[in-house]
Amino acid sequence: MSTEALRIVWIYPDLLSTYGDRGNLLILARRAADRGIPAETYEVRSDQRMPHTADIYLIGGGEDGPQSLAAQRLIADGGLHQAVAQGAAVLAICAGYQLMGHSFFAKGAKCPGLGLLDITSDRGETRAVGELRGDIDPRLGLPALTGFENHGGRTHLGAHAAPLARVTAGIGNDGQTEGAWAGKILGTYSHGPALARNPAIADLLLRWATGADRLSPLDDTWADRLRNERLAAASPA
Amino acid sequence: MFESGTLGGVTDGKMPLIAKVATSVSKTAAALSRAAGRGDGSVIGGWIGLKIDPDLLTHLASGRAVALVSGTNGKTTTTRLTAAAVGVLGRVATNSFGANMPTGHTSALAKEGHTPFAVLEVDEHYLPEVIDATRPKVVALLNLSRDQLDRAKEVAMMAQLWKTKLAGHPEIKVVANSDDPMVVWAASGSPQTTWFSAGQRWLDDSFVCPESGHPIERAQGDWWCTGCPLRRPRPQWVVEDEGVIDPRGDWHLVKLQLPGRVNIGNAATALAVAAEFGVRPIEALPRLNRVASIAGRYAQVDRDGRNIRLLLAKNPASWLEAFDMADQAPTLLSINARDPDGLDTSWLYDVDFSPLRDRPVLITGDRAYDLAVRLQVNQVPFRHVQSFDEALRSVPPGRLEVIANYTAFQDIRAELDRVN
Repeated sequence: MSTEALRIVWIYPDLLSTYGDRGNLLILARRAADRGIPAETYEVRSDQRMPHTADIYLIGGGEDGPQSLAAQRLIADGGLHQAVAQGAAVLAICAGYQLMGHSFFAKGAKCPGLGLLDITSDRGETRAVGELRGDIDPRLGLPALTGFENHGGRTHLGAHAAPLARVTAGIGNDGQTEGAWAGKILGTYSHGPALARNPAIADLLLRWATGADRLSPLDDTWADRLRNERLAAASPA
Repeated sequence: MFESGTLGGVTDGKMPLIAKVATSVSKTAAALSRAAGRGDGSVIGGWIGLKIDPDLLTHLASGRAVALVSGTNGKTTTTRLTAAAVGVLGRVATNSFGANMPTGHTSALAKEGHTPFAVLEVDEHYLPEVIDATRPKVVALLNLSRDQLDRAKEVAMMAQLWKTKLAGHPEIKVVANSDDPMVVWAASGSPQTTWFSAGQRWLDDSFVCPESGHPIERAQGDWWCTGCPLRRPRPQWVVEDEGVIDPRGDWHLVKLQLPGRVNIGNAATALAVAAEFGVRPIEALPRLNRVASIAGRYAQVDRDGRNIRLLLAKNPASWLEAFDMADQAPTLLSINARDPDGLDTSWLYDVDFSPLRDRPVLITGDRAYDLAVRLQVNQVPFRHVQSFDEALRSVPPGRLEVIANYTAFQDIRAELDRVN
């Protein structure tokens, strides 16, 4: 493990921060600090160059206009592509998840995405709003996913992306699968501060970034109570 | 104990018979609802009245000079202050219980009988519909920020709805907040706009220009789009220190019983709206000072040696304002996520709770666990309590600040005998 501080970047909070997305940055920083892992957080605005040397990148949800603007700027900038090629971890939420793919729809038009995940997104007939629950890909070794979804998109996975979870309540990508992952990139429709209900995903990102096989356990009494309450509240798909 | 079931309360002889019947039934239903302890009666009466006569709101509004007040935050307080200010001129009908959809407007107008004036708080989604129904003289636009996105329209879409409707009604005098780019854009098609500056504490929803999609720059209270001509208009009404500067340049001290700088901004808005009816600030200010609480908001209740003060906080912007108003005292936070609150609690991470680190914090409500995790991340120590009574027993005699979101606030207000 490197002796340098872990670097965590929140991508374009000026564009993609629809609802509590800052939470994921705060939670990662807190869980690193509670274990004595030095970590630095950076909020990179859309008028700034995207650094390619950070360890974890977070990208959140947003409205159509800011989503397509963010995709244009990230493609033109190239920093995130370079970081991923160097092995950085990414957590992409909602609009941020869609724009990691080959294409997505915003304001009625098909927009090019970053192509970092083998997915394409279009519009569903109805908006997916409510509690979301799923069994996470066993290869990741994580407990059930719980979240709140609020999106009009439907996402289709190509051969080079695996579903993050199999849906047991809610819609996710299409009512069957939810989110996608490949390498160290995770995408999910579980919106906003998804890590609040899923601290194990936060720890997965920290393990990826530090190279550690395991991290010292934290007192997650309150997070566990929240998880149990929300998992029970989600009605079956 | 019931209000009269006859037509006596409505004196407008021009109202069609069906509207008179609907008005009468509506008032009776409202009285029954109150008598049964089911609520303020501020919705059910209007609901029944509109079932009988779908045009009832139009009929009830006709012949009155109407002001509508809309926006994400501050509309209940601003409506109350505006009604107080316009009251200089005569009787004002107003929906003072925060029932801000057409059913609530109908109830409010039916209950007051004929009045020369009406000041109505309007839910931002319903503003276009209520403009059509009530033909207002003045529309006040306060602010637009995120508020329950799981069901609300996105902020820019809401601004577009307002803009389209107002552009079709050039006769309406618009009183709008020059500090909020979304509001300025929504009002930009209106020929008669008076601008007030009440500040914008919450900036996160207006970094991108709704007209051009370019970034919005800010410096020293000013703002401008970097890609189109949209920029902050020069306001005629400005909050300065503990007072308000009027369009003539005169500064007026604003003495309120309501706490916080945000309420000085609300008072400035009320003065600007009342001025459109011909009320001078000097006439209105003593009336604003008499407003002590609004449907329980800011109310203080003494119980078991504790002085409980109720602060309502519904969304990130209003939480920041509540922390600003609260004293350094034990503080109970209560969070629900029922339909009126929005089902999603993600907004908790848009609020920085660190101002509460230096005081004892108690938490309760349906979604206390969401709040617990948030406070842990924020390094704010807290104690979870199961009920309002347990909270009361847990703090020493003296002030207890209570900050709650909408239905949690109503639950606690019910514990305190529906304090107003």
